[in-house]
Amino acid sequence: MREYTEKIRETAKRLLKDGKVDVFIGYKKGSVPMMNEPVLISDPEKTDLLYWDSNCGLNLCNYLTKRTDRIGIVATGCNSRNIVTHVIENQIKREQLHIVGIPCAGMIDYRAVQRAVKFREILDIEEDNERFTVKGGDFEEVFDKKDLLQENCATCSHCNPVEFDEMVAEPVEEPQGVESYRDVTEIEDMDSEQRWGFFNEMTSSCIRCYACRNACPLCYCPTCFVDESKPQWVGKSIDPIDTMTFHFLRAYHCAGRCTDCGACERVCPVGIPVRQFTKKLNKDVLELFSWEAGLSLDQRPPLDVYKVDDYNEFIK
Amino acid sequence: MSNKMFSKEEWGTALEGLRDSCRIFVPVKDGDFHSFVPFENGTVPDFDLKNSRLSPKSVVYPQSERMFEYNLDPDDPEANVLKEAPKEYLPQAIVGIRPCDAHAFQIVKLNFDNPEYSDPYWVRRFESTVLVGLGCNEPCSTCFCTSVGGGPFSEKGLDALLFDLGERVLAKGLTEKGDEFLENAEVGKEADESILKEAEGLGSSASDKITTDIPTDRLKEKVVNELFGASFWEDVAFACLNCGTCTYLCPTCWCFDIQDEVMGKQGDRIRNWDSCMFPLFTLEGSGHNPRSNKFQRVRQRFMHKLKYYVDKYDNGVQCSGCGRCVRYCPVNIDIRQVAELMNEYETESA
Ligand code: SF4
Ligand code: SF4
Ligand code: SF4
Ligand code: SF4
Repeated sequence: MREYTEKIRETAKRLLKDGKVDVFIGYKKGSVPMMNEPVLISDPEKTDLLYWDSNCGLNLCNYLTKRTDRIGIVATGCNSRNIVTHVIENQIKREQLHIVGIPCAGMIDYRAVQRAVKFREILDIEEDNERFTVKGGDFEEVFDKKDLLQENCATCSHCNPVEFDEMVAEPVEEPQGVESYRDVTEIEDMDSEQRWGFFNEMTSSCIRCYACRNACPLCYCPTCFVDESKPQWVGKSIDPIDTMTFHFLRAYHCAGRCTDCGACERVCPVGIPVRQFTKKLNKDVLELFSWEAGLSLDQRPPLDVYKVDDYNEFIK
Repeated sequence: MSNKMFSKEEWGTALEGLRDSCRIFVPVKDGDFHSFVPFENGTVPDFDLKNSRLSPKSVVYPQSERMFEYNLDPDDPEANVLKEAPKEYLPQAIVGIRPCDAHAFQIVKLNFDNPEYSDPYWVRRFESTVLVGLGCNEPCSTCFCTSVGGGPFSEKGLDALLFDLGERVLAKGLTEKGDEFLENAEVGKEADESILKEAEGLGSSASDKITTDIPTDRLKEKVVNELFGASFWEDVAFACLNCGTCTYLCPTCWCFDIQDEVMGKQGDRIRNWDSCMFPLFTLEGSGHNPRSNKFQRVRQRFMHKLKYYVDKYDNGVQCSGCGRCVRYCPVNIDIRQVAELMNEYETESA
């Protein structure tokens, strides 16, 4: 990871110095373990702030929406796919971007780490490629990164950026034959009553903070439907029906666009596995349209195109 | 004031018994974190917590609360008349509340209960609540209560304070309310000198374990408009998602929004927690939003906590140092760093 950090700093410095970009978006090291902070740098002398490790699990594409300057940005596989989606959806122009690709080995699931050390206070984490050491006041434990990956990373098969201007390292090997949708199948196999129960239970602790929505690069609507007041589509209290409405509708708005980057799930303060909603739709879109979001700049997502000669009966 | 001591087992029994005297909220482990819930049959209290994920402010100030109800049926003689929704203000207690969260109620009280305004719901519920604190033997790395007027065994705002001494528990009554609460405990003995000494030692060693702080000493002398116009706000705000995490988890955030919800002809007027981080917070009827940019909203949160409150009430900052926003902000915006920027701020030349 140290090599990545060095390379990102160098690249950002060069791009800013040469006037190739006006600003550079990356991460800086966080003030608490397993949290890094997205940062915008415009001064080539400040690029040493940039940092990279396995706790960069947000989606930086989120910070691109409607910017008008020229931007350098680091992008993993999923982040690059969201950038592609952003370009297709006219949220940013490809020419404005200089994408610094990160071959990604996955992000650490910080909640799993906390569980693994039995919720003792973690003071520091040291990463050493495949392994990392968790340090507390009176303990030190070593883990294999692959055992504590974020769930979306463990089932990811697009680890390398699909769109980039330069790479910080050689591409990593893409895993073959990953079973991405086992959890979705389990929910599909429930009868409708069980499923309703499952989703109710799953969202019962939601506090409607909207961190999940706001962390998602797809959720760029100027006014989200939950914030509309004329008409008001959704109540604002924590009534379970309103909460559920928010989650279902948001998921549908992401259908065919979600890259399963995991940002939504990562940011939830109460640990709700919100990807269960979006993943089901990802699976449907894959099965119905053989579509995965953000793999090409040349094709629009299936749910926003109409073809006169569509072979599906229902559309005629 | 009375001091009682219990064996761990006796304490468990005492707590069970105390349920008869009032409704008790206790911390329980709920998945990965702790929440305060009513102590009912089958509830397993877990006092082995750092702190609850959400502060227990909701026990006094619920996230959603029905204020009024009304009927829109034109045939009803009382159509369109707002009536107070039925509410209960039964005696209740929060047992195991951390000193920072109890201190937070005092910070918030200045807003909800002052000579100018008195919020009837908050005040009545606060008055019917007994706060039985649990001192922090092992403060977290993100706790900074000691720099904002509290401490891991601070008695501020508490009615009683519990000391976890391994095999034994000491319960110190601090107010009449607290004494009365403890008197209802059927087991337990009058505390002896040795346990009081032990407790004292625990308190001071816990304070030494606080490793972090926020500087606040110069906030008051700053010129409000200069701080408001400081050049660092855009940088501070860059990563912010404008979510409700920091404000909803915070024990000292008090803002609410009032909404009407109608089903058929029946209507409710509800107040819900709000957050200055939401774009909707200051959206005016005209469509104009005086805080239309993210950095303005972020600035509001920090200016309110660390400057406006300081200036208005002369009671320190609007933060009890619980560290929740530091730990759980998903993009690591850290109030300790922002406080430092504000406290160290020197007038910029134009
Ligand atoms: S819905 Fe979640 S996983 Fe999908 S793109 Fe948005 S943040 Fe990423
Ligand atoms: S981040 Fe979590 S708590 Fe917040 S709205 Fe989303 S699911 Fe609910
Ligand atoms: S501002 Fe942060 S540290 Fe202070 S009381 Fe609120 S949540 Fe706790
Ligand atoms: S500071 Fe952090 S927790 Fe607060 S609104 Fe911004 S992103 Fe959310």
